[in-house]
Amino acid sequence: MTPTAWDALHEGDAAEPLVIGPITRTDFVRYQGASGDLNPVHHDEPFARAAGYPSPLGVGMFPAGVLAAFAAGWLGPEKIRRVRVRWKEPVFAGDTLTFRAAVARCFEEDGERKVEVKLSCTRQTGAIAVEVSAVFVA
Amino acid sequence: MSTSFDKSALGRQGAPFEMDVERGKVREFARAVHATDRAFFDGEQPIAPPTFLTTTFFWERDVDGANPWHAVQMDPRRGMHAEQEYLFFGPPPRAGTRLYCRSRISEVFEKQGKRGGVLRFAVMVTEFRDAGGKLVAEARMTGVETEHAP
Repeated sequence: MTPTAWDALHEGDAAEPLVIGPITRTDFVRYQGASGDLNPVHHDEPFARAAGYPSPLGVGMFPAGVLAAFAAGWLGPEKIRRVRVRWKEPVFAGDTLTFRAAVARCFEEDGERKVEVKLSCTRQTGAIAVEVSAVFVA
Repeated sequence: MSTSFDKSALGRQGAPFEMDVERGKVREFARAVHATDRAFFDGEQPIAPPTFLTTTFFWERDVDGANPWHAVQMDPRRGMHAEQEYLFFGPPPRAGTRLYCRSRISEVFEKQGKRGGVLRFAVMVTEFRDAGGKLVAEARMTGVETEHAP
């Protein structure tokens, strides 16, 4: 993917959404192996139920990581300077997730041209699971 | 209600640890987050995906006292990852880079929850420096513990 031309970016410009799903427990396990976060609540059914969940819930950093990498692919992996993740609700196996990225503002800071993008991961229910704010330099 | 949450963790600093940004690990992580940009896969030194620094899990565990988060003593059944932030002071690191890392508990505070009960927060900052001591990146993890299981 060629990074978008900076001079052409405007508030509200959006990337073509990325749709992934239905996601599976294998997605969680693969992410856990890659990240090193082996919290059993994300793959061990009895443990998750004992903690009050209907089934293992997705690792929060999994959809967050998908969102951040998606945005980096859009505006340039070398240009990202900030990622802030906030979780709204967990994702579960069987979900179909839609990842969106849009320009929130273009601004200058410390003599550098920057762009802030708002990212969201939405479940098939329409509920937002994760929100990410990211800043890229031109 | 009694809690295991320990406010005395504030200011606790972990032991320094090293983290090598490895080519195979970068590619494995990129695949796990469904990345498609070839910059995360190709060449001898693919660039780390934006949330790759979460893989400190693999490095801090082998250094006694590297992770001061244990001092917070959050209950794993009631503790959640509330917010996570990564700051990069230049391009994110590439495979082949050795990072020198150190974590500290920077904040411990309480808030009244919307559905009743007290929410207890703690923030851990991890600094990542290159061999010359230059700050490459910073991670800020905010954890929250609810008074009751979610």
